[in-house]
Order: sequence, then C-alpha cells, then structure tokens
Amino acid sequence: MTALTGTATLARLALRRDRFRLSAYVLGLATLWAGMLAAESAQTHQALVEETEIFVRTPAVRIFGVASGVSVGATVLIRGYVVLAVLAALMSALAVVRHTRQNEETGRSELVGAAVVGRYAALAAAIIVTVGADIALAAALGLAGVVTGQPAAGSFVTGASVGAFGAVFAGVAAVTVQLSSTTRGASGLAAAALGLAFLVSGVGNMLGSADASGLRLVSAWPAWLSPMGWGQQMRPFGGDHWWPLVLSAAAFGALVCAAGALAARRDVGRGILAERRGAAEAASGLLSPLGLVARLQRGALLAWAVGMLGFGLVFGAILDEVAGSSSATTDWYVRMGGSDVIVDAYRASTIQMAGMAAAIYVIQMLLRMRAEEADGPLEPILATAVSRPRWMISHLLNAALGSLALLLVFAISMGLTAGSIVGDVPAQLRDIVVAALVQLPAILVIAGVVVAVTALLPRWAGAVSWTLMIVFILLGPMFGAATLQLPEWTQSLSPFTHIPKVPGTDVTAIPVVAPIAIAAALAAAGLTWFRRRNVALPA
Amino acid sequence: MTPAISTTGLVKEFGSTRALDRLALTVLTGEVHGFLGPNGAGKTTTIRVLLGLLRRDAGAVTVLGGDPWRDAVRLHRRLAYVPGEVNLWPNLTGGEVIDLLGALRGGLDRQRREALLERFRLDPTKQCRAYSKGNRQKVALVAAFASDVELYLLDEPSSGLDPLMEVVFQEVVRELRDGGRTVLLSSHILAEVEALCDRVTIIRAGRGAETGTFDELRHLTRTSVVVETARPIDTLTGLPGVHDVSIDRTRAHFSVDTSELNRVLARLVDFDVRSLTSSPPTLEELFLRHYGDVIETADADAELVGAR
Repeated sequence: MTALTGTATLARLALRRDRFRLSAYVLGLATLWAGMLAAESAQTHQALVEETEIFVRTPAVRIFGVASGVSVGATVLIRGYVVLAVLAALMSALAVVRHTRQNEETGRSELVGAAVVGRYAALAAAIIVTVGADIALAAALGLAGVVTGQPAAGSFVTGASVGAFGAVFAGVAAVTVQLSSTTRGASGLAAAALGLAFLVSGVGNMLGSADASGLRLVSAWPAWLSPMGWGQQMRPFGGDHWWPLVLSAAAFGALVCAAGALAARRDVGRGILAERRGAAEAASGLLSPLGLVARLQRGALLAWAVGMLGFGLVFGAILDEVAGSSSATTDWYVRMGGSDVIVDAYRASTIQMAGMAAAIYVIQMLLRMRAEEADGPLEPILATAVSRPRWMISHLLNAALGSLALLLVFAISMGLTAGSIVGDVPAQLRDIVVAALVQLPAILVIAGVVVAVTALLPRWAGAVSWTLMIVFILLGPMFGAATLQLPEWTQSLSPFTHIPKVPGTDVTAIPVVAPIAIAAALAAAGLTWFRRRNVALPA
Repeated sequence: MTPAISTTGLVKEFGSTRALDRLALTVLTGEVHGFLGPNGAGKTTTIRVLLGLLRRDAGAVTVLGGDPWRDAVRLHRRLAYVPGEVNLWPNLTGGEVIDLLGALRGGLDRQRREALLERFRLDPTKQCRAYSKGNRQKVALVAAFASDVELYLLDEPSSGLDPLMEVVFQEVVRELRDGGRTVLLSSHILAEVEALCDRVTIIRAGRGAETGTFDELRHLTRTSVVVETARPIDTLTGLPGVHDVSIDRTRAHFSVDTSELNRVLARLVDFDVRSLTSSPPTLEELFLRHYGDVIETADADAELVGAR
C-alpha cells in the first residue's frame, strides 16, 4: 500500500493544525444542543404538543424538520436536527477541503508530495481526521443529551444521526476537491450538495402526511433520497432506529471510492472540471469603485437573496398557524412584536429577525474593506485616482443598498404568501414592506459602527463589529433586558430596541431620523479618520 | 529641470522601528532611476510614502511637484504603480483587472493594452486566482504600462518573471525612457538595474547610502574570477586591486576591482590561460564587502520592519 505511505504523519499534521478549530466545533455544537434541550425542558407538555402539531400540520414548516412524537428531545430535534446536521456537514466538508485542495492551491502539498508520501495519503489523512471529529461529535452530542436528562438511547441516536451526516459530507468534499481546482470552488460545490440534500429531504417531508396521532410525520419517498432524510428517519427519541446508518455508511464508502478513482486521474494542483474562462475585457459597469464593489458583493448578495426569499415565503405561509396557536410562543411574539394583536406581533417580530439578518449581511460585506486592506488588493486601487473616502463610500453604499434589497425580497415574498392565505395581498404587502423599511435606520447605525471601527481599529475591526452585533441582539427586543436580568436602561443601547414595531404601532419621525443621524456621524468620523491614517498593507 | 521625485530627510517609523531614516532620494524627470537595496531595506515603504499610502513622520517629499499625502488623487492620474506583491481579486479576470485599474487611473490606451498582452503573452480571460505569481505580476505590469502617464513606480517588478519575459520587460522600460517618461525601478537584482538605469540610489537600513550613475559607483563593484592556466600561477597577491586570492598551482580564484581588471588580465595571459570565468558581484556581496560589519545589524533591523 505505498499509495498510502505517510498517511499517519499527515493525519497528525492535520490534527495539529485543526486541534482548536475541530474541538471548538464539537464542543460548541454539544453546548448548543444541551442549551436547546435545557430551554425546551422548561416548557409545559401542552406547549410541546402545540409546537409539534405545527410541524405536522403545516407543510411549509415541515421543510425544517420531521416530527416524531411529543417529548422534550423529540420536539427540540424537529428544529434542531437541520441546524446540527448543517453545521456538522460544514465542519466536515471544510476540514476535508482544508487538508486537501487548500494545500494544493497554496503549494504546501508540493512540498509534502516531494517527501515520502503516497498518492492518496493526503486524502486519506483528511478523511481520517474528519471522520474522527464526526465520531467525537456524535459522542459529545449523545453525552449532552444524557447530561440534560434525556433518554440515553435517543441521545446517542441523535449523535449518530448528526455524525453520520457529517461523515457523508466528508465524502462529498473528498469528491468535490477532485472536481474543482480551487478551494472556493470545492467548498462551493460541497455547499451546493448540502443545499440539495436539505431541499430533497424537505420536499419529502412536505409531501408527507400525519399519522393517526397527528403528532408524527410520515415522510414521502423523496426523503429517502437525501442523506439528511436518512438522519431524520433514524427518529431519535421517537423510535430510535439504527438501521438507516447503513445507508449513510454505504454512501460514505461510495463517495470515498469515487474520490480515490478521480484522484488517480488528475494532476496535483488541477481539477477534473476545466477552469472557466472569463471576459477578456471589463464591462463598462465594472469600471468604477462602485461597480467593482458591486461585482465583488454580487455572489454573496444573490445567495442571501435566495435565503431571504425562502424564509419570506415560509414565514408568510404560516401566518394563520401562528395566529391560531395559544401558548408560550405567542407570548414571545407579543413581547417582541409590541402588540396584543397576535397577527401584528408575529409580523413585526418576523420582520425584525429579517432586519437582524440584513444587519449581519451588512457587517459581512463591510468587513471586506478590512480584508482588502490587509490582503493587499486595496493597494493598487489607492494608487489610482480613487480617494480613500470614495473607496469607503462605495463599500458603504453597496452594503446598504444590498441590505435594502434583501429586506424588500423578504417583505415581498412574505407579503405574497401571507396575503394569499388571509386573502388580501395588497394590504399584507403594504404592511410588511413598511415594517421592513423601518428596519433600515438601525441597520445603517451598525454599518456606521463597522466603518468607524475599520478606520479607527483596523486590526480589531472584525472582533469589535461582531461583538457589538451580539450585544445589540442580546439587548434588543428579541431577548429583552428582563430575560437577561439586566437593568431596563441597557435595552436602549441597542439600535434594534428603537425600531418602531410596525404594523402594530405607527411610525414616528424620531426613531427613523435619529438613527440615520447617528449612522451618518459614525460614517463621517470613519471616513475622516481613514483619510488621516496609514494604510495597513501587508509587508 | 525639476526632479520628478524628491525626498529629503524622510523619516517613517512603525512604532519604535525606524523604517526610513532621513532618506534622500532624487529622481530626475526623464530618467530611469534604480532603487537598489537588500530585502527589507525600506524600498517598499519609500514607494508607499511616495504614493501617499503611508504618511511621513518627518522630512519633505515631492512627487511631480505635489505633496503625495495631500494631493494623492490628483497626482495618481499622472503616475502608474506596480506593487511588489500583486494581490488581486480572485474572481475577476486579468483583462478585467487591467481595464479596471486603467479606468480608475483615468483611462488607458486600448492599442497599447493589446500590444502589451501580446508581448507579455498574457491570457486575459483567466481568473486571477488561476494565475501563477509571474502571471499576476504581468497583469500588474500590463495595467501600469497600458496607461500613458509621466511617472512609473515599479516595486521589484520583475520578480517571478522568466528570463524571456524579463527581456520584454526591459524593452518596454527602454521604450518608456525613449518616450521621455520617468521610471523609478526598485530592485535587489544588480544586473537588472545595471542594464536599465541611468542613475542609481542605494538604500540601506532606511538610509540613502550612495547615489550616482553606474560609472560613478564602479568603485563599489568587484568582479569574481576563476582562472585555469597551463603554467603554475606564481603570484597575484602583489597586484593592486586584487583581493581574496586562493591559488592551487594552475587554478586561481580571486576578486578584482573593476578598474584594475584590464591590468590583471594582461598579467594572467603570461600563464597561458586555459579557461576563465568571471562573474559580476551580487548585490549581497557588494553590500557585505562595501559596508562590512554594519550590514548585519542593519539586516536585523530591516527584517523587523519587513515582518510588520
């Protein structure tokens, strides 16, 4: 087996490079899972029944999870499975890409490949380390279940179903790194496969039916075509089937064999898929800082828009369901949505969540300014006749317009489905679009913060921006100072607190104008400071 | 004629490290000026100050008659820059980057763009992530040379180019000089600077060590010679300008001041020369020889700056 010579050494290298990253994933997911279980344990049985019923009765919501009966574990896992499985798949796919294609792209593998290392050693090492992490994750999730007082069988079936999904995506990534010649391409293909797996099992669940109890979903056949479906059909806390693991194991084996076969057919550094050619000349729309940034943000904006469209359609479609329910969930909506009318409260709180998502998009996009500065592409730009403020404003405008577009996509798609269910599309569209637009001032404040931080503390831009965002969310209406046992006034520090809770309340001038003024002041301070400091370019 | 670039007493500090220490640099309009120094001597820092990307801590700087910090945008319409380390946007093609940088500078010459792509044999349809280091360098070179500007700032522009492309690069620079353009060419390769430049400034640990034409700097250079003769070489040591001699009967290895080369060769002929190799001094040798022991501390400082 000379083709595998050196695997053990490379596996140790991969483990050494990833010791913090993979441990953080495993511990973080186990903690998240324990937290979800602990939170749900506080619910009354009646609340669990109602929550489960929504997931059985509403086809649109079934996309997000399979109901397997009523118990703390089973009910949390309806929503929780997709979250855990997607994160496990990302952990696995990115780890495999990191230790194979990324090494090839950066040239590290040439250095290693010239040593006594077999052809498949890098691939094998990546898979061994990743599957090891998946097994550790499975065990950690199982323990987290037991520690929070759930039945042991269900807990470990949960772990196995998530870990197995991760391992399948280690296999998927092992194939995509053979196909694409770039890290980005390989990760992108794996992410697309993940989206497809979610969609196929989601469709299978949508087309499914409730069993006699009305508390358990019987999925339709498409669910069995997706590895995510196999995990869900293990039915943790609701039957605890081990046998779908066979399907996952077989898929994993087949993918690894396929990856090996493809690896033997290609050169180091190349992919099976040919590199795409691009335009030899720039389109005229690209030839300005504004156009350049728009082009650089285009991919991310499209991906976000697809997500916002999907969530908008679903959240609109369940308007009726939520209005009809009466439990702890409605209390939460009423508090966050600022209205006793449950429909208004639901719409307001949903739009606020969309607003927070759009704020996250804005932070992501604006932090690219820091990346451009630290990685170097900023240097040739500023060596042309582009001033620093103009460059920064191009980023700011693009990010702000992008978040506006995302809010509108969400509001319109939510308005359409909500309107068609309650039978008044124009009214729903009007209410929800207005509610979306009033989110913008708060988002602009956050944009101003990122601009100011990028100018003032370039090295800390990412850490400070994300920390502030988390603080703003925690102090905002989603949790509320009371929940966190903080004094009342702390709430007013979050820009999200000041957003008018449309459509339940009316819009007044100050909550709109004041944040815009603050945002403008922050941005102006950032632009001025960035004009005056050294550009922090790579050495 | 007013100089295209002039710095006096230029100081730039990063924290407690002094990257530029009272640097004096004068580039005359219409010349190709070599900016020589070992890695980390402060070449890139100087050019970034000239571009207004870094702010000077003391001293005076003029570029094309203006202050690069205050008048950055106005001046940048009249100059083009090739960074030492070319980092581009991975999902844009080379052609798009060339057009973009040209347009942001204020326009480029389409015909020249096509001709340069042809001469540098660059495929403009590839995405930047797919280019090798040499090809990324070519993208930056074409982007700069396709603009008709007064001043070109080139920071180690030929690193990563193969010898054929190095020839093309040198041709293009000569054409620019013939067209009356000014070029500042930073490099750590002595041969390249010797081939192209009218005048040279040597920078060491952030300070201008020497400035002049290559002839004026001839005293800095020494040629290494390895010679084999038919008759045993009796003596070379006594000759003026000969250093580091080691003789093994009919084989000798030594270095000689360029000014004394002819006289030494005349003497060697007497021993019936069988083979002779001579090599120009590398910049590193030159520095070691000329600045002696100071260089080590200077390099240590320079590395600190480079690592920032």
